[in-house]
Amino acid sequence: MIGIEHYVVVSTILFVLGVLGIFLNRKNIIVILMAIELILLAVNINMVAFSAFLGDLVGQVFAMFILTVAAAEAAIGLAILMIYFRGRGTIAVDDANRMKG
Amino acid sequence: MIQTIAFYMFAIIMIASAVMVITARNPVHSVLWLILAFFNAAGLMVLVGAEFIAMLLVIVYVGAVAVLFLFVVMMLDIDVAAMRAGFIRNFPLGIVVALILLAELVLGIGAYNVGAINLGTPPAGDASVVAESNTAAIGALLYTKYVFLFEIAGIILLVAMIGAIVLTHRPSKSKRGQQDIGKQVRRNPDEATVMKQPEVGKGVEL
Repeated sequence: MIGIEHYVVVSTILFVLGVLGIFLNRKNIIVILMAIELILLAVNINMVAFSAFLGDLVGQVFAMFILTVAAAEAAIGLAILMIYFRGRGTIAVDDANRMKG
Repeated sequence: MIQTIAFYMFAIIMIASAVMVITARNPVHSVLWLILAFFNAAGLMVLVGAEFIAMLLVIVYVGAVAVLFLFVVMMLDIDVAAMRAGFIRNFPLGIVVALILLAELVLGIGAYNVGAINLGTPPAGDASVVAESNTAAIGALLYTKYVFLFEIAGIILLVAMIGAIVLTHRPSKSKRGQQDIGKQVRRNPDEATVMKQPEVGKGVEL
């Protein structure tokens, strides 16, 4: 029997994996953006699972808003990545402290 | 029973592909594993009866965001050594992902026909169970109570779109003069034109 606990455990593992991905791939900003997408996906799974558990559709409505913000964030992040690559010729972010306005 | 099997399969494959996303050496492989993870998350959402969000996840993430990632990864020309692997090396991965997706679709549809998972009884019993479909219920909620949030979400998307275009826009370097719209707008008739009264037969000096 699948309960709400199973969904919470799965989304927790996914969230932790996303955070771990940010730490493991500190030089590759593309993978960092993907790890952020994983984190937002974990949040969405949590929202939908609790929405189904409580019988309240507001969780799914807010999951849609999270989806919107995630898409906007990905677009802006990739655009910044593009101009960063165009100016520097690399996407290594460990020496990104040259951005001083 | 099939619901339990489907849940564990979706969950395990999603977590395994999330591990592959963060450990794959080639960013293209990371994007492909990310697509698999999103498909499995959509399966998890279908299992609890949230079909609309699940389909939205597939459309938005797999259809838009993952393709955007793929474009950027391929445009940026990074990790050239690993990119040289070519078709033969990517072929087994593609076959494996395709077979996994096929098996999941079969099993997912079978589980859906049995019925949605009952997640237990909520502590407060005042939740109204809607008889209409999930999509209709979300629409009824979204366009009435949360209509302002919905419009704000649209504005967020508009701002993101304009921001991405402005950030990545490069002015074209053609030989002809560029049209400077700000300069055109700032120009006023008093500075731009001069009245002259040339005498007859002398011509006009410019």
